[in-house]
Amino acid sequence: MESLLTLPGVMAGIMLLALNAYVLLGGADYGGGMWDLFARGPRREQQRALIAHAIGPIWEANHVWLILVVVLLFTCFPPAFAIVSTELHIPLSVMLFGVVLRGSAFTFRTYDAQDDGVQRRWGLVFSLSSILTPAALGACIGAIASGGVGRASTMTSASFVERFVAPWTNPFVLGVAAFTLALFSFLAAVYLTVEAGDDVGLQRDFRRRALVAGIAVFVCAFGTLAMADVHAPRVMEGVMHSGVALPLQLATGVAAILAFAAILVRRYRLARLAAGAQVSLIVCGWGMSQYPYLIPPSLTVHDAAAPAVTLRLTLIALAAGAVILVPSLAYLYRVFKAHPSAFDGLEESTTGHG
Amino acid sequence: MAMSLAFHIIFAMVGIGMPLLMVLAEWRHQRTGDPVFLDLARRWAKGTAILFAVGAVSGTVLSLELGLLWPGFMRFAGAIIGMPFSLEGFAFFTEAIFLGVYLYGWERISPRAHLWSGILVAASGAISGIFVVIANAWMNAPRGFVMRDGVPADIDPLVAMTSPAVFPQTLHMTLAAYAATGFAVAGIHALMLRRDPGATFHRRALQIALIMAVPASLLQPIAGDISAKTVARLQPAKLAAMEGQFATERGAPLRIGGWPDEETATTRWSLEIPKALSILAFGDPNAEVQGLDRVSREDWPPVAIVHIGFQVMVALGTYMALVALWVVWVWRRRRALESDRLLLGAIVMGAPMGFIATEAGWVVTEVGRQPWVVQGVLRTADAVTPMPGLIVPFVLFTLLYVFLGVIVVYLLKRQIVSSPREPRQPQRARRTSGSPEPVPLPSGD
Ligand code: HDD
Ligand code: HEM
Ligand code: HEM
Repeated sequence: MESLLTLPGVMAGIMLLALNAYVLLGGADYGGGMWDLFARGPRREQQRALIAHAIGPIWEANHVWLILVVVLLFTCFPPAFAIVSTELHIPLSVMLFGVVLRGSAFTFRTYDAQDDGVQRRWGLVFSLSSILTPAALGACIGAIASGGVGRASTMTSASFVERFVAPWTNPFVLGVAAFTLALFSFLAAVYLTVEAGDDVGLQRDFRRRALVAGIAVFVCAFGTLAMADVHAPRVMEGVMHSGVALPLQLATGVAAILAFAAILVRRYRLARLAAGAQVSLIVCGWGMSQYPYLIPPSLTVHDAAAPAVTLRLTLIALAAGAVILVPSLAYLYRVFKAHPSAFDGLEESTTGHG
Repeated sequence: MAMSLAFHIIFAMVGIGMPLLMVLAEWRHQRTGDPVFLDLARRWAKGTAILFAVGAVSGTVLSLELGLLWPGFMRFAGAIIGMPFSLEGFAFFTEAIFLGVYLYGWERISPRAHLWSGILVAASGAISGIFVVIANAWMNAPRGFVMRDGVPADIDPLVAMTSPAVFPQTLHMTLAAYAATGFAVAGIHALMLRRDPGATFHRRALQIALIMAVPASLLQPIAGDISAKTVARLQPAKLAAMEGQFATERGAPLRIGGWPDEETATTRWSLEIPKALSILAFGDPNAEVQGLDRVSREDWPPVAIVHIGFQVMVALGTYMALVALWVVWVWRRRRALESDRLLLGAIVMGAPMGFIATEAGWVVTEVGRQPWVVQGVLRTADAVTPMPGLIVPFVLFTLLYVFLGVIVVYLLKRQIVSSPREPRQPQRARRTSGSPEPVPLPSGD
């Protein structure tokens, strides 16, 4: 195996970290949107308020991780970007449609009339697109991992369906999409148990949801792996047989069980930590399982890489950006940490002059 | 894609202009203690938040859409010109962070720190726009690589970011954002003032909006001239199309209006000012201006579209500059703007003009560059995706954007424009006691 510690390897690693950040932060926002749709019971409205409250101040910033992945992909690995965006035109467009609808619906719901009918309609758009978008994202990742995208891009004469539809419509890919949904809703429910603070009722609601979603994660994970055997043999091989992969899988398993158990015994902060670790390990596991290929079965990270100057400059730009961003973020958190009531001002300042 | 861009560009412009309005209003408040300015700053901050969110989603769409529609372009250009896009990401992130501080920090940080976070929001918004336009300038004047066997080699992204089109385009674009947003906001409040000349709220709003719009509109024709001189040097075919110049000639006239006919290679019904084009483009009445005859026929851009687009932009730009002069004249004579109904009317008319001029300007830039995506290097036809049936996503995204546009306008109207429900007190600034949501003053003020 080629060494990871080359410039392209490092850039690919950074991309994976950015994707991981998006899954951890943005993923939970999507999950929140799903729970908004399934808000039930006597505390229905409080559930929705808590979700909106948790998403509110940060979701624009969370989006930047996805943008970072896309931008790094086209700057550092242009051929891979060209292939992905050609072969996955349809699911990516669906995802974009979802991104636009979701982001706008959330904003509009916040700023539009506080009348229930209007709010419900925006709420519905918001939560349906919160399901559509991550499902499409999952399908794209599944299609890349299974090698379908790579194969389609080298077909010389293929029909429309073979080239633009088949790569993302086999059972394995749909399994990955379902897995993504389960994972995001699990993350969100776990985070929300912590967000609920001392509201025991809300905490109990989201604990139940976290347990349900946790079971769904297990089911989807094993289901997808079972299908990988037939539809994505490379993934199976990567996951099961490469040197680093096995320890990673074990660690993922441990984190998953820990997260679930912590929810069971109501140790919510621990559960949040473990669930985050579980998801990060899954993302890393995927990355490691297909390394050195960026787009299996043939395009490697090194073949797809842009010239070294571009990679070097991008790395410098990332470092310089971090120098600006880290203190800014620290300042943001300090402002709000120093004044725990900060988010209470939120509703007042986001709901309009009626 | 052109649709997404045309939509995004409006949000981007307001996203650049609105934070500056907000900062100006807060600054005036801190200087004068007038609570109306504070109310304005808060309203514009909300507008910024709405536009920021929609700008962010439409921008996310664009970064992927570049690949969805022109994978060939990205494969070719990604390594050379991806940098400014990465940097834009950082500018955006900074903007998001300080917008958070600004929106939720009114009572939590000192007024000075609050004003500074507003300034950072405004600055990073402008920088976002500048980075993207740097990428566009490279498409017009590609630098920083050599072509070897049909692929770019010896890539230098820093040289690519300093293409000679960068300075004129970023300057002109940034001014456009301030002029267009400023005029739009001024126009709305001028309309209210025509109905109700005593409303303090609208008078203050008009004042701030004009502080931003007037200098930008006055500078815009100068910046446009710098752009035109650059185009004349680097993209003679685009200049020829802009001016309807079919034949190469010395002492070329400036053609105002008219209809360029590609069949007969003449521009009819235009008003010609002798030698003016040679002067404007090269500063010499007898300079040679290259016509479209220097370019082979299949490399002509659609001449009529480019020419008309340019005429529209210049006409609107001239109008805005003249109104700006008028405002300066009224200010210098220390007369109250709101009592001049004619001037208010002129400002109202100008409200949509900056945006129309901007769209027209982008048509000039983009269509004028055709058939190239990257001037002289990569043809549009070679960049486009092999995916069939592109009309489907085009129609869907267009509908989606139209829908979003309508809602955003509606929300902005609800959130910012509507007068606070105050008992009207002409000529006197007072707390908006009837407002449903009392506006707390920042601590320490
Ligand atoms: C408020 C908007 C606005 C106004 C009033 C004007 N423009 Fe403009 N113009 C733009 C907004 C704009 C723009 C949308 O921002 C463009 C498109 C690309 C760019 O960089 O700026 C542009 C492009 C553009 C170009 C092409 C640049 C290129 O292709 O690289 C030229 C030559 C001019 N403008 C010239 C002018 C002149 C002579 C004006 C005289 C009044 C003028 N513009 C007013
Ligand atoms: C950095 C910014 C931009 C980039 C990278 C870009 C890229 C491109 C590319 C690659 C094309 C050629 C493909 C085609 O013809 O369909 C194009 C054309 C076009 N662009 Fe842009 N563009 C940018 C900014 C804009 C903006 C802001 C607008 C409008 C407001 C715009 C409007 C158009 C239009 C109308 C065309 C069609 C030209 C034609 O087909 O004749 N562009 N642009
Ligand atoms: C030339 C025309 C363009 C200008 C002037 C422009 C300017 C801006 C500005 C000012 C923002 C911040 C929005 C706000 O604060 O409300 C923004 C956001 C964004 N723009 Fe554009 N933009 C242009 C074209 C593009 C293109 C072609 C892309 C595609 C890569 C793009 C990608 C983005 C993205 C991804 C965002 C969201 C936030 C981020 O930067 O990460 N923009 N743009």
